[in-house]
Amino acid sequence: MAIVVVDVALKHEILDPQGRAVMGALVRLGLTGVADVRQGKQFVLNIDGDVDEAKLAQIHEIASTLLSNSVIEDFTVQVRP
Amino acid sequence: MSIDKVSDAIAAPETSQPYAELGLKKDEYESIREILGRRPTSSELAMYSVMWSEHCSYKSSKVHLRQFGDKVPKNDSMLVGIGENAGVVDIGQGWAVTFKVESHNHPSYVEPYQGAATGIGGIVRDIISMGARPVAVMDPLRFGNPENSDTRRVLTGIVSGIGGYGNCLGLPNIGGEVVFDPSYQGNPLVNALCIGTMKHKDIHLAKATGLGNAVILYGARTGGDGIGGVSVLASETFDADGPAKRPSVQVGDPFMEKLLIECTLEVLHAGLVEGIQDLGGAGISCATSELASNGEGGMHVWLDRVLLRDSTLTPEEILMSESQERMCAVVEPSKINAFMDVCKKWDVEAVVIGEVNNSGRLTVEWHGEQIVDVPPRSVAHDGPVYERPFARPDWMDIRNAAGPENLVRPSSAAEVKQTWLTMTGTPNLASKIWVTSQFDRYVMGNTILAQPEDSGMIRVDEETGLGVAVSTDCNARFVALDPYKGAQLAFAESYRNVAVTGAAPLAITNCLNFGSPEDPAVMWQFERAVTGLADACLEMGTPVTGGNVSFYNQTGDVAIHPTPVVGVLGVIENVERRTPMAWRNNGDLIYLLGTTSDELAGSEWAHAIHAHLGGHPPVLDLAAEKTLAEILVAGSVGNLFSAAHDVSEGGIAQTIAEMSMQSGIGIRLEVPAGLDAFTFLWSESATRAVVVVPQNQNDEFLTLCASKSFPVTKFGEVDLSSKSIELAAVFGDSISLDIAELRTISEETLPRLFG
Repeated sequence: MAIVVVDVALKHEILDPQGRAVMGALVRLGLTGVADVRQGKQFVLNIDGDVDEAKLAQIHEIASTLLSNSVIEDFTVQVRP
Repeated sequence: MSIDKVSDAIAAPETSQPYAELGLKKDEYESIREILGRRPTSSELAMYSVMWSEHCSYKSSKVHLRQFGDKVPKNDSMLVGIGENAGVVDIGQGWAVTFKVESHNHPSYVEPYQGAATGIGGIVRDIISMGARPVAVMDPLRFGNPENSDTRRVLTGIVSGIGGYGNCLGLPNIGGEVVFDPSYQGNPLVNALCIGTMKHKDIHLAKATGLGNAVILYGARTGGDGIGGVSVLASETFDADGPAKRPSVQVGDPFMEKLLIECTLEVLHAGLVEGIQDLGGAGISCATSELASNGEGGMHVWLDRVLLRDSTLTPEEILMSESQERMCAVVEPSKINAFMDVCKKWDVEAVVIGEVNNSGRLTVEWHGEQIVDVPPRSVAHDGPVYERPFARPDWMDIRNAAGPENLVRPSSAAEVKQTWLTMTGTPNLASKIWVTSQFDRYVMGNTILAQPEDSGMIRVDEETGLGVAVSTDCNARFVALDPYKGAQLAFAESYRNVAVTGAAPLAITNCLNFGSPEDPAVMWQFERAVTGLADACLEMGTPVTGGNVSFYNQTGDVAIHPTPVVGVLGVIENVERRTPMAWRNNGDLIYLLGTTSDELAGSEWAHAIHAHLGGHPPVLDLAAEKTLAEILVAGSVGNLFSAAHDVSEGGIAQTIAEMSMQSGIGIRLEVPAGLDAFTFLWSESATRAVVVVPQNQNDEFLTLCASKSFPVTKFGEVDLSSKSIELAAVFGDSISLDIAELRTISEETLPRLFG
C-alpha cells in the first residue's frame, strides 16, 4: 500500500477569494507578519500495490481531469515514502 | 524589465510589434500608427487591441445598430438612452428603472462556473454605475443537445455559477430561459440581465468632468486574470477542436461585489462622485478612455499607483487585466477624503490613479516614464467601423421550401394523448424547476412573480405597490427561418409575456447572439434581425434602452441559430392586481384570445418529434399584438381575469399543461369548431393568450374584446372537483390527462439528464 498526495491550488494569476478572506482575518486579529495567503486542497490517495510509472501516469490523469480544473488550477503529485 | 516608452516609440519607429497576436488586423494596426503619427508603444498597442476588439468596439455591428437610435418611437419615459452603461426609463411616482442584458457566452464555455458567475457580476456593475440599486437578475441560457455529455459539463457548471454568485450577492433570480438545440453544442449562450431601481435624482453618467478632479480606482486589486479576454476570447471563433486559448479566465468574488454595490451607492447618494464607470471587458483601458472621452477630453494616469495582487505584472498587463469587482470614479479634490472614508467603512481598497485635465490626451505614466499618449476618443469611440458584406444565403430557399406540411401528425385521440405526454417531457418544454430551484428567487422579499410565471415581477415601492415585470424570449428557430420576422416574433413573445401579467410594456433591451460577422450569411441574418427589431420597436412604441452584441458564436464553419434575445420591461402601478398563471375558482371560463392557424414551421412539435426545421415562421401582426396587450392590461385593471398565460413554444397544449400543473385543479375543454385537435393544440400562431374569466365578469370581458374587435373563443371551464384535463372533440373522441402524471413527466426530465 502506497500513499500518493495530490495538492491542488488556484493558478498564480487567478483570484483566490478564500485566501483573501483568511488574510483579512489575520489582519483583523492582529496576527502580523503574513504578507499574503493562498489556499488550496489536498487529496491523499491510498493506492493498491506499488506506484510504478504506469500507476503514476494514471494518477496524473485523475488529478488533471477530476481532482483539478485545469483552466484555473494547477496540481502537484507526490509519492509519500 | 525594459519599458517601452513614448520616447522609445519615436526613437525606434520600426520595431516589429505583435499586433496580430493581440487580435488586430494589419490595416487596424496601420490606422493606429496613422492616428499617433508614430508606432504605438506596447502599452498603447495593448489598449487599442482590447478597445478595438469586436466585443468593445462593435465594429461589425455599429452600422446596423444605428437603426435603434434612428427609429426611436415617441416615448416620454426614456431618461437615458443607448450608449451609457445601461438605459434608464421613467416608471412614474418619481422612480426610474435601469435594465440591461449582456452576453458571457465564450468565457462560460471555457470555464462554465466562473464564466457564468462573472457574467452576473459584470451586468450588476453596469447597473450600479448608473446609480441604481440592483433588485433582480435573470438568465436566458441556451445549451446544445441535452444527451451530449459535454452539455452536462457546461449546464451544471453554468447553473452552479449563476446560483453561486447571484445567491451570495443576495439578488433574486426571477426568470430567464433554458433552451436546448444542437446548434449551441460548442457555443452555449449565457446571457445575464439585471434590473436596478432608483429615484430620478440619483441617475449618474459615465464621464470625467471638472478640471483637476481625481480619478479613483476602487474595489478588488488588479491581477493577471482575464488578460485580453475580450480581444482573444469573445472576438474569435473557436477552433473545431475546442478552445485552445485558455488563460483568459476571470474568477469572481461575490462578497467583494456586494461590498462594491453598497460602497458605490453610498458615495453616489452622498454626492461625492462626478462620474462613474464600471470595469468590465478591457479593464482600465476601457474605463479611463471612456471616462476621458465622455468628459473634458483629457486625463493623466499614474499606472504604478494601481493596487496589484501580483507585483510582477507589466504595465501592458495592468491596462488589459479584466480582474473582476473593480470600479472607477471621478471625484472632486475636496471630496476625496470623504470618498475614501466610505470605502474604508465598506472594507474596499481605493487609490487615486489619475487626474482630469483639458489636454485632449489620455496620458499614462509608469514610474515617471511616459508610456501612453493618445487621443482618448480614438481609443474609446473612433475605433474601426466595418461595412461587412452581407448576403442572403442560397440555402434559405431550400430551408423555406421544406415546410412541415408532410410531417406525420397525430390523427386519433390516442395519438393526441400520447403526443401530449411526450411533448410535456421534452427538454425544452419540461419544467425548469431543477434549474431555477438552485437560484434564490425570493431574497429581498420583493419578488411578486418568478419562474415558471410568464414574467418575473418585482415590487419597486413598498408603500404604493409600484412594480416592474420583465420577460426575456427568443425562439431562435423562427429567426433561422426568417431573421426579420423571427426577431419580431421574439419581441412579440416577450411583449406578450409582460402584458399577460398585467404590466404595460414600456421599453426593451436585447442581447444579439450570432455567428461570425466575417460570414456574409451570418451578417445578413444580423442585419435582418436588427432591422426587424428596430421596426417593431418603432411601431409598438417601445424604445431600445441598450443591450449587447455577441458575435463569433460558432465552431468551425457552423454558426449557432441566430438568437436575438429580447427583454421587455413593463410597469404595473400596483403589483396586487397582477394576473397569475394558475386558475383557482370553480366554473371560471377559459378563453383563447387570438386566432389559431396551421403554423407548425419552427414549432417545438416539429423540432422535438421530427427534428425538423423548415418553412416560414408564423405570421405576425404587430397591431394585433398591441391590441392583445391592451386587452390583457385592461382586463387586469378591471379585475376581469383570475388567470392568464401566453401561448408560444409547444402551443396551447403546453399553455394549458403549465397552467394546470401550477394550479393542480382540473378543467373541461373542447376543441373549438373549425379546427382539428392537432392544429389547435400544437400550432404556434403568434398573438395568442389563454385567459380565465370568472362568470360574473364574462359580459364585461366580452364587451372589452368586442370594443377592440379582437377574436376570442371560449373553449372550456375550470372544474374544482377534477384533477385532470378533459378534452372533448379530439378526432371524434375525448381524452383525459391526469395533472399529477403530467407534472411527474414534466419535472423528471432535467434531473434525469443532469441531476
